[in-house]
Amino acid sequence: MSDHDKIYSTKFQDKVERSTVLMFVLVAIAVAIGGIVEIIPLFYLDRTMTHLSPDVKGKVDSKEISPIVWQRKAGQSLDDWKPGDGVRPYKPLELAGREVYIREGCYLCHSQMIRPFRDEKDRYGQYSVSSESMYDHPHQWGSKRTGPDLARVGDKYSDEWHRRHLKYPRDVVPESVMPNYAFLEDKKVGAAKVKKTMEVMNAMPFYPADYTEADIASAAGVEGKTEMDAMIAYLQSLGNHIKFTEGVNYRD
Amino acid sequence: MNAAQVTPVKYDMEVVRWFSIAAIVYLVVGTLLGVWIAAELAWPSLNFIPEITFGRLRPLHTNAVIFAFGGCTLMATGFYMVQRTGATRLWSNGLAWFTFWGWNLVIVLAVITLPLGITQGKEYAELAWPIDILIAVVWLAFGLNHIMTVAIRKTSHIYVSNWFTMSMIVMITYLHVVNSLAIPVSLIQSYSIFSGVQDAMIQWWWGHNAVGFYLTSGFLAIMYYFVPKQTGRPIFSYRLSVLHFWALTFGYVWLGAHHLQYTALPDWTGSLGAAISLAMIIPSWGGAINGMMTLSGAWDRLRTDYILRFLVVALAFYAMSTFEGPVMSLKTVNALSHYTDWGIGHVHSGALGWVAMVGIGALYHMVKKLWNTEMYSDSLVNVHFWLTTVGTVVYIVAMWVSGIMQGLMWRDYDEYGALTYTFVESVSAMYPYYAMRTIGGLIFHLGTWVMLYNVVMTVRQASVARGTAAVPAQA
Repeated sequence: MSDHDKIYSTKFQDKVERSTVLMFVLVAIAVAIGGIVEIIPLFYLDRTMTHLSPDVKGKVDSKEISPIVWQRKAGQSLDDWKPGDGVRPYKPLELAGREVYIREGCYLCHSQMIRPFRDEKDRYGQYSVSSESMYDHPHQWGSKRTGPDLARVGDKYSDEWHRRHLKYPRDVVPESVMPNYAFLEDKKVGAAKVKKTMEVMNAMPFYPADYTEADIASAAGVEGKTEMDAMIAYLQSLGNHIKFTEGVNYRD
Repeated sequence: MNAAQVTPVKYDMEVVRWFSIAAIVYLVVGTLLGVWIAAELAWPSLNFIPEITFGRLRPLHTNAVIFAFGGCTLMATGFYMVQRTGATRLWSNGLAWFTFWGWNLVIVLAVITLPLGITQGKEYAELAWPIDILIAVVWLAFGLNHIMTVAIRKTSHIYVSNWFTMSMIVMITYLHVVNSLAIPVSLIQSYSIFSGVQDAMIQWWWGHNAVGFYLTSGFLAIMYYFVPKQTGRPIFSYRLSVLHFWALTFGYVWLGAHHLQYTALPDWTGSLGAAISLAMIIPSWGGAINGMMTLSGAWDRLRTDYILRFLVVALAFYAMSTFEGPVMSLKTVNALSHYTDWGIGHVHSGALGWVAMVGIGALYHMVKKLWNTEMYSDSLVNVHFWLTTVGTVVYIVAMWVSGIMQGLMWRDYDEYGALTYTFVESVSAMYPYYAMRTIGGLIFHLGTWVMLYNVVMTVRQASVARGTAAVPAQA
């Protein structure tokens, strides 16, 4: 009919095309390799995590720079942590706020990942480092900035600003296209659920939160708080855990 | 020549009919959701109740177009091609019906849960953990049935389309299982076992390969069957299809890391992802050329065959998107394009231009064969073609312009060394383009109604014809 019939591949290819099993096995191997090479090393290469990276770790150990991850001493509660002590697990109210953040799909318009560019430094602050999101199950880095990056929004505005802005964004920023989140004022967060969430965060196989029993008991304190309070607490906790030193290379 | 041609094979096509109609309905619904959320970004007052805010409806839009429209199209064509290329019935017709009802149950559950804010917070993998388990079960039922039907084929060789579908089945299983690993808090809520940088890499390994295997390999299977069928000519080059298949199957898996350039992901991973992304231009263009050249000597058919127009323009968009993607994965370009609407534009040139168009072409082709009839109106197919093409072009041009403008505004400095624009100035500059994008999407969406109407009328006409033909037989 055409010269199509005259074209042959290799004997091996021909054999594969005749065997369902052989084709299946080869495909199953071929598609696995890329993921294995790119993902598995991230779990064991020290340089992946800022706090384990040899250069940074050396500087922290010699007290040249502030700690990357909070080393909690026995008997300390989450409230003993101070900004600059390093990355810590979320407090109960923040964790409740993070749940609302995920539920409302905030990550679809706001990133939490500052890149090492001059303009991002001027606009948002110090570039993000990997250890900052080690307790984020799942990560909220985002892929789109319809609104600004939020990785370092903590302590940037007052609680009252956030409340007004979340309720009616255009009252504060007329050009904003963010939906109104006034309904967050109407719903209360539940202590039982926050406790359960903390237990789940402790059960994580990778980067568990290591909450103490006292921490989990302290979740009772969220009773009576609204989802708005929780959301504000979460936003105010973002990006201010580590005290960065100017001129130090935090990324490998 | 052989037995299969002497005795006509009876195929299991009823389930293919149902999947085809479902795909068309979901195309209407999914693009309507897209138009709505596009309008919300231009006119934020449309977010009037929590259930329809952008953050909740956007996952429903992506799930509806990818998993409802895309999934039903892939399962309809998958079951259709595997029977016809193997000259055999399905391994299990019952399992195929389980797949149909199971997959539609997943979609119904998505429609209920996502507006209620029930989500895992992982992009393109939002559905709650019990639904994830249901997806895995239904997907494996589809995969097992497809592969077993390949195994019981009457032909000597496995046809190229079935290689691509097989790679999709295997890879999507890996991706879905690993990316969805989570610890439940309640029946509707769970948290991923992965966190931070590792989670980001796994998420984009999933995210990019849902594109790579579901929306590319799966739809390339469609291309390799329906382009030759619609033109009535064999595929241009068998050798090119071998190269296309193995290079894509091995290589595509590596690309996810290019979504994380300049983030806290280690540099080596992103660079590796970008390097392989560039290399992928070769097999992608090889495949596009393979499809296009199948028409060589029959280009005049484009004047009269509107279904062929869909298939060929889809290949043009495939070639364009698979060039644009690697360019965007380059660090210097990515520094500008990442986080902007350019990404949204790129996705839609692939999704509207390639995936939807090649899927629509295949669906029209199948409707004619499945109901053994001509289309109710060929000129409506042509109207649909132009609405689709114009809508897609308007959409992606709007996003290219707004995306590049956004990126340039964010990094612009004035003569005193201060940032020229505040963030919100870049938001208000987007307004005309968001409006334009909504109009482009609306044009595309109108086309889907034309298709639905045309297909419904075709099916009705075919049923009437069958009814009248039956009367003299009874008499």
